[in-house]
Order: sequence, then C-alpha cells, then structure tokens
Amino acid sequence: MSETIATASETITLTIDGQEIQAKAGQTILQAAQKNGIYIPTLCALHATKENGLKTDIAPGTCRICTVKVNGRTMAACTTPVAQDFIVENDTEELNDLRKTIVELLFVEGNHFCPSCEKSGSCDLQALAYRYQMLSPRFRYAFSSREVNAESPKLLFDRNRCILCRRCVLAITTEDGKQLFGFTKRGDKSGIIMDEELVKNISEEQAQQAMHICPVGAIIRKEKGFDTPFGQRKYDHNPIGSETVCTTCNGEKS
Amino acid sequence: MKKPIIATASLAGCFGCHMSFLDIDERILDLVELVHWGKSPINDIKTFEQDCDIALIEGGCCNDEHIHTLRDFRKHCRILVAVGECAIMGGLPAMRNNIPIQECLEEAYLNTPSTAQANPERILPNDAELPALLDKVYPCHEIVKMDYFLPGCPPRADLIYGALTALVTGQEAELPYEVIKFD
Ligand code: SF4
Ligand code: SF4
Ligand code: SF4
Ligand code: FES
Repeated sequence: MSETIATASETITLTIDGQEIQAKAGQTILQAAQKNGIYIPTLCALHATKENGLKTDIAPGTCRICTVKVNGRTMAACTTPVAQDFIVENDTEELNDLRKTIVELLFVEGNHFCPSCEKSGSCDLQALAYRYQMLSPRFRYAFSSREVNAESPKLLFDRNRCILCRRCVLAITTEDGKQLFGFTKRGDKSGIIMDEELVKNISEEQAQQAMHICPVGAIIRKEKGFDTPFGQRKYDHNPIGSETVCTTCNGEKS
Repeated sequence: MKKPIIATASLAGCFGCHMSFLDIDERILDLVELVHWGKSPINDIKTFEQDCDIALIEGGCCNDEHIHTLRDFRKHCRILVAVGECAIMGGLPAMRNNIPIQECLEEAYLNTPSTAQANPERILPNDAELPALLDKVYPCHEIVKMDYFLPGCPPRADLIYGALTALVTGQEAELPYEVIKFD
C-alpha cells in the first residue's frame, strides 16, 4: 500500500449493516462504505475517477438518495463524516423503500420519457428505478412545463430530465475555474442555467465530460447520438451498484 | 377448472405493446391451452360477450372515447394490467401535455409540409362523430384503478408472458433484471 499507515488516533471503527469497517477521520460515511466495497446509492455525490475527470469527490447533498440511519437517525451518507462507533443502517427494507420513493418523486416531478432519451440504459435515475423495481410511481405525474435549450452548438440541455443534483455546477468549469452551469431561482422554480457564451466554446471532450457527469439525460452532447448499442449500455445487464467501487484506485483519492 | 378469459385494448398507443405480446412466439400455443380469449383487437371481437378475468390495456387516454373504453373494461374485467409506458405515464402522446391543444391541432392539420397544401380551407377536424380530444393525455391509473403495471416501450415479450402466466396460474411472476426496462 502506498498510503501512509494511519495512526491509531486517525482510524475510526464503525459498523454498516452489522459489518465492522475501518475509516479515516474526515471521510464521509459514503467514502468509508465505498472503500470497503459496500454499496450506498448516490445521485448527486460522485467519486472522483480518471474517467469522469474529477480531481476530488463531490457531494452536494441535494438528492438524499444516500440516506442511511446513523444511530437510529436518518442522515445523508455523502455529507456525514464518520465518527467512532457509529452504527449505520444502509441496506434495509425501510431505507430502500424510502429511496424508491425518492426515485418515484423524481420521475413524476420531471418529464422522463425514457424511450426517447439518449441516456436511457446508462442513466443513474433509471437504473435506480430498475434496482428498486419501480413498475409505476405511486404519485401523480406533474407534467411540469420545462424548457429545452438547444441553442449551443455542442450541448443540448433538456430541463425535463434535470433532477437539480448540482453536479454540473460543481464539476464543469473552464480551465481557469469559471462555472459553465449555475443555479437559478428557488423552491419549485429552481433550475439550472448555462453560461451560453462559455458553453458555446466548449470542447468535444468537455461536452462528453458534461454528459458523463450528469447522472440523467439533461445534458446531451450534440452531433453524435445513440452510439452505444442496446445490450452494451451501462446498466443493460447488471443493476447499478452491483459493481463495487472504482477498482483502479480502490476508493482511495490520489 | 374454468379457463380464465383474457381481453385486450389499445387506447392512445401505437399497437407496439400488442406486437410485443405477439413476440411471445410459439408460447402463444401454451397460452391458448390456459386461457380463453375475449374482446381484443387480436381476434377482432368488439364487444364484451361475458365478463373477463384479465385485461391488458395498452396506451393512455387522449380522448373521451378512451375514457369510455377504459371505464367499460374496468366494469367488465376483474384485473386490469397497464401495459407499456403509454398506459403507465402517457408515453409519447403525453409529450403534448405542455403544448396548448390549439397549437397541436394547427401544427398537425394546418402547418406541416404534408398538410399545408392539402388543406387549403384550413379545416380542423370537427365532426360530431369524432372523439373529443382531452386537455391532456392521462395515464390509465388516473382514470380508473389499475391492478398491475408492466413498464417498457414496449414491455419485453418475456415480461408480458411471465406476468400473464403468473396471473393465470396464481404463481408469483418471475421478473429477472433484464425484463424490466423502460425503453
Ligand atoms: S434521464 Fe433517465 S429517467 Fe429520465 S428520461 Fe432519460 S433515461 Fe429516463
Ligand atoms: S443538468 Fe444534470 S448534472 Fe446538472 S443539475 Fe441537472 S441533473 Fe444534475
Ligand atoms: S408503450 Fe411504446 S410500444 Fe407501447 S403503445 Fe406506447 S409507444 Fe407503443
Ligand atoms: S448522494 Fe448523498 S444526498 Fe445525494
């Protein structure tokens, strides 16, 4: 192992679903779980990998799909730091039903017409719906009125599918750190806006990265479409979470 | 034991779900052993001659006739199954839900390249015989109670077959990961 071995005071012991694990002070429950190959679902939090081009993990804490129970209280695993002797419940019927409910709410709140969505098959929201066997949401569809922005030469921005996770806001920036996406308004009027000038000059690689970072099909790169055949898409064969953490870095930040 | 009777209907759908049902191929012979067929576009029986046990509904409701048909199915069938994205969430037709109905009609009958020339008097269909369009396209469960949902556009033939045989034989449906897909 290349990392320096943590001194006793830096190592924290906690249990997740009865399994005792070691974590480092400062890690979140999610990071500790990922490091130990335990799956906690995420939609807004994203682990930094070579593939997604992130330098550090992000955890906006907006979606609450990672909700776990810590010593009996519900908390977001991606924003809660580990502490000694935490007893964490994760893969329980109650929490999985709560997560399914969140997925259902996201489905009825936006307009998710999967058959026409380029992200279908590789979409994290859809994959969670598969994982929790959502056959039909238990809420009424809102059929919200949302705009599509197709002005930019490289990116299509479809607000119908945006789940307001904030990943794009945090992760997609220019070389000198300017944000390409931002939040606007509040409450049920909240939305994501693009800096049209900056997005106009986006490179093909960055357009691809933006599409990759977005957990759903709200950001789609243009001039290239549906290029992964059915059967080869990310979640065609195995449910989301069946692969444990990133194997190249073993959940460890470089 | 009396064989259960199956009925099917296509409301605001493209018949793709019915086609997917027929994709069960030769297993349809096994099904014929298990069930009787009632009202369905497959056999072209148009009325309920007797009440049915299971009805597969494809498509949501986009006009008043769909509502009428769906209510009729609810009255005459014991178990209603919403088959496909259109029945479950409105699907492709529901993409009009945020466009004013006037704009939809004008686009379809007056402004498209194929209709602009062909409709010089700019007539919108208005015959009393025609079903009236609804303000929105509604998923089936917002009109009547639905008992089961089989997602997909269309649902995989294996999903339809698995669910149907389970319902008919009273066993749990086996739903492997690959058969539940929304596209
Ligand atoms: S973003 Fe995901 S859930 Fe939404 S329409 Fe696309 S594939 Fe379906
Ligand atoms: S556009 Fe995508 S990444 Fe950005 S907030 Fe919406 S869902 Fe999240
Ligand atoms: S769900 Fe798909 S296949 Fe079925 S009726 Fe609707 S559009 Fe056609
Ligand atoms: S993944 Fe933790 S709140 Fe979104």
